[in-house]
Amino acid sequence: MSTRITNNTDKKAEPSSTDEFIKGLWRENPVFVQVLGMCPVLAVSNTAQNALAMGLATAFVLLMSNILVASLRNFIPKQVRIASFILIIATFVTIVDYAIQAISVDLHKNLGAFISLIVVNCLILSRAEAFASKNTIGKSIMDALGMGVGFVLALFCLGAVRELLGNGSLFDVAIFPESFQEWIIMILPAGGFFTLALWLIVFNYFKVKKAKG
Amino acid sequence: MNTESYWSIFINASLVNNFVLAYFLGICPFLGVSGKMETATKMGGAVTFVMLISSICAYGIHALLVAIDAPFLQLISYIVVIASTVQLVEMFIKKMSPTLFRALGIFLPLITTNCAILGLALFQTNKAYSLSQSLVYALGAGIGFTLALILMAGIREQLEFAEVPDVVKGTALTLLVAGILSLMFMGFSGLGS
Repeated sequence: MSTRITNNTDKKAEPSSTDEFIKGLWRENPVFVQVLGMCPVLAVSNTAQNALAMGLATAFVLLMSNILVASLRNFIPKQVRIASFILIIATFVTIVDYAIQAISVDLHKNLGAFISLIVVNCLILSRAEAFASKNTIGKSIMDALGMGVGFVLALFCLGAVRELLGNGSLFDVAIFPESFQEWIIMILPAGGFFTLALWLIVFNYFKVKKAKG
Repeated sequence: MNTESYWSIFINASLVNNFVLAYFLGICPFLGVSGKMETATKMGGAVTFVMLISSICAYGIHALLVAIDAPFLQLISYIVVIASTVQLVEMFIKKMSPTLFRALGIFLPLITTNCAILGLALFQTNKAYSLSQSLVYALGAGIGFTLALILMAGIREQLEFAEVPDVVKGTALTLLVAGILSLMFMGFSGLGS
């Protein structure tokens, strides 16, 4: 984990705002590279739809809290910054929680306590602390959008694989023929660990290949 | 009012619905501090302690919020209480054992963002447990968390000596092991119901 942190602080050159956006998608992808915010990633990625909804909710909270943290960054005393960030995040999560309940009760039931648990998603706090509290509002928005889209993509990758193999469908539409024997294990908790491990191996494969030239 | 027996709550929280391996709560410290057996045990102790305290606090806060009819404040007040409890534990450990304080490092303040603790507070509210039931639930969850952490640490200490292909090294390997542990814990389903 330590190498990743040095990578982040390494870059001295002033990156453009498109670069702030792109880095969240691949180079610093929150799930596959930084391995942050694992709990919701594993817990609600059993179907593609749940994964997408969860990803969007998290991305929204990330965007709003980054904007607010960036605009308040000169007013929050250093000693109480973490507590203030958490309060800001908790406020937006409460909003999302009630909004999802208003939009679809079924979805709210599927995601359960994991909507509330967005509060303790390390990804959001780490972006507030490592980026938004030190950068302008515009840059923080780009950063949040990049990280948010990267998170949604990663969740979708997991959810799609798990639903496809565990249920033979994608977004509730059957993909495989009737005769397909479902891999029940993929929608069980263990399947979440295995699928994420496999995705990480894929990412490592590319990293190792690149390092070797 | 929930009439579940204490024994069933305990077994369910610690084994059948293990917070780490079945609910995926507290994955960050599970992956982060499970490298050494000793740190894992102490981390488990600290988390269990914070769980017990925040469980009591959450019960009180819930009663208060119901009384003043402000359920939308639930999440915010829970997280504030948990953050202050963690701060307290941090000061206590720093005073009592500086070695342990250094060993736990960044993961000690990160107990605040440990979903297992907030998850526990939310679940006990959802299940409408009484105060004593909540405490048993917190104890079970804490012991379950510690158990998973210790099992993982034991396996990882052995894995240090194993030949592993480059691509699988690191988090991927830990996740694969966690998957197998999770399969094992599925064997407990049906207990305590």
